[in-house]
Amino acid sequence: MSDQVETMQRTTPAQTTPTQNEESSESLLQIRGLKKRFSLSGDFLDQLRFKGGKLVRHQEHVHAINGVNLDIKRGEALCVVGESGCGKSTVARTVMGLLTPTEGTIHYDGQRIDNLSGRQLLPYRKRMQMIFQNPYASLNPRMTIQQTLEEPLRLHHPDWSREKILDKVQDVMGSVGIDPDWGKRFGHEFSGGQRQRIAIARALAVDPEFIVADEPISALDVSIQAQVLNLLMEAQQERNLTYLFITHDLAVVEHFGTRVAVMYLGTVCEVATTATLFAKPRHPYTQALLSAIPRLKDDRPQHIRLTGEVPTPVNLPSGCVFHGRCPYANARCHQEIPALQTQDDGTRVACHAVEEGRL
Amino acid sequence: MALLEVSHLDVRFALRQGEVRALRDINFTLERGERLGIVGESGAGKSVAAFSLLNLIAKPGYIAGGSIKFEGQTLNTMSERGLRKVRGNRISMIFQDPMMTLNPVLSIGEQMVECLKAHRRISTKEARAISLDKLRQVQIPSPETRLDQYPHELSGGMRQRIIIAIALLLDPDIIIADEPTTALDVTIQAEIMALLLELCEQHNVGLILITHDLGVVSQVTQRMLVMYAGRVIEQGLTREIINDPQHPYTQGLINALPQMATPGEKLNQIRGSMPSLSNLPSGCAFHPRCDFINRADGQPRPACTQQVPEFVESGNCRVACHMVAEMLEDRRLKEETR
Repeated sequence: MSDQVETMQRTTPAQTTPTQNEESSESLLQIRGLKKRFSLSGDFLDQLRFKGGKLVRHQEHVHAINGVNLDIKRGEALCVVGESGCGKSTVARTVMGLLTPTEGTIHYDGQRIDNLSGRQLLPYRKRMQMIFQNPYASLNPRMTIQQTLEEPLRLHHPDWSREKILDKVQDVMGSVGIDPDWGKRFGHEFSGGQRQRIAIARALAVDPEFIVADEPISALDVSIQAQVLNLLMEAQQERNLTYLFITHDLAVVEHFGTRVAVMYLGTVCEVATTATLFAKPRHPYTQALLSAIPRLKDDRPQHIRLTGEVPTPVNLPSGCVFHGRCPYANARCHQEIPALQTQDDGTRVACHAVEEGRL
Repeated sequence: MALLEVSHLDVRFALRQGEVRALRDINFTLERGERLGIVGESGAGKSVAAFSLLNLIAKPGYIAGGSIKFEGQTLNTMSERGLRKVRGNRISMIFQDPMMTLNPVLSIGEQMVECLKAHRRISTKEARAISLDKLRQVQIPSPETRLDQYPHELSGGMRQRIIIAIALLLDPDIIIADEPTTALDVTIQAEIMALLLELCEQHNVGLILITHDLGVVSQVTQRMLVMYAGRVIEQGLTREIINDPQHPYTQGLINALPQMATPGEKLNQIRGSMPSLSNLPSGCAFHPRCDFINRADGQPRPACTQQVPEFVESGNCRVACHMVAEMLEDRRLKEETR
């Protein structure tokens, strides 16, 4: 129960701030007040405990996302960055409908999609596709590449003839640089970079307009990373795609992203255009994150050393989630949750220190 | 005499399909307190190189030739008994995955004491005192309580700190770190790397850092080797290689980094992928991916596809590339005619 009360309190600041914003009309995807909790306590019987002679129901949750508001505009690449456990993959999966949100809404092209049934979602599934992190796990080992690429087409275009499907598969193989001879082979015969190409081809086969890419290059070698990033950028130009790009690698973000959202422990702490974020990071966490990128040309990096570790999302800290590691934290940060506030240049930052001009 | 001297190291794996040569002709030295980086993509042989230094290559792998000399003693022909005196004591190792390297059923203190007692004749009490001191050095909060905790109670960054503390336990001369920060987050990675660097400088410990991250290598090490398909293709001062890479592969690796391109433009990719060691291309192993196999007159250079390139000296670096060799030769001829 105490858990319930705590989440209620957490909601308040987000709700009291006037829900932004002017540009929502042109946005393809709108995420409002999104929350996702995962239960750690098992089923009903596992939750029962004896406490002081009484039977009590005890529940524990991982608070993976706590009130995320994001807008993705048509044609842009929004990058979500953060360290492991900050909830960036959960955002991606919730947007795709692979997880149901605990609270909050997701609108796609003006339509609410988070409460739709599988059948109702089908037309949206065709318009939004996902590329996963690990190309060794995302291809069905018992299907040939041809079958893998045909499957989404058969599902979304049941009326298409066999020839039309084959044509389309050839077409999409060509556009991502897959040799048509690969069609008869199986996933395990390919290297990581080639598999990721196949996964991208599968996502592009149904001509989507929106692609969620969850760490698509983290499992690949440096020289292959460049190949796959180039491919994603080419696809964006040719097909006018919109990306939600999840990554922990800021160097990739700088290169690829139109806008960046920085997440920490289930909350968004800063949203800005890529150029602004890298030129002028506002939030103390963003500053630390940026200074931690190992750059090639500088000798002794002047990186900001954060103290302590990321707290667990099971027992969230009170107030600003970052206050335990923040060098600028004061009493207010310990109590009050900061809300995202728009700065002069359009950057939105959730930080009391920035708001009060201490930083 | 250098502290560690590796010459003509050759490591092979006897597999059912035939012998695979995982390392060919590796040569380098490490002076006391020096930091050396080994860079390459997966499959290049960096980890095999690290393991072979302490003769840790598991069957079917074996050291087929060459020598590893530590303070004049040849490690690769030494008895297991003799090696045990070196391993963990004079040369210690930090592995990639902090989740796998600690024993889950022993407390941190037990693991540290065990390590100390294996090499020194001291009491448990003394060993605990030394362990505590090392935990303080790696800046672990409340080290006293950590000694009695188990690995699963600690986060990844904390575990890697403990592993560094264990590596430093016996005041080694060399630490071999195999991708020590790959499994960690960016901010934690920066902290751990800074800590490792600081400790190595403080105690004058040599470091062999194995990584695929050119950024980390350029910040931490003084000299570096670049490996490709089991061979060193370029070696020299880190600063010079990063600023002015000679080998087409090193150039490609550096140019492929997103930080080297203009945002929004295409990245400079290297085409193709690393060949498998059991099926290496003839001549220079990099030639199918190389953009420079044509000579200035547009004709392909036959040596690239036929002959394995020898090392040539270019400034302070050594490069194994026919193109670079040709360029240097041209320059020398021009100077002679003048």
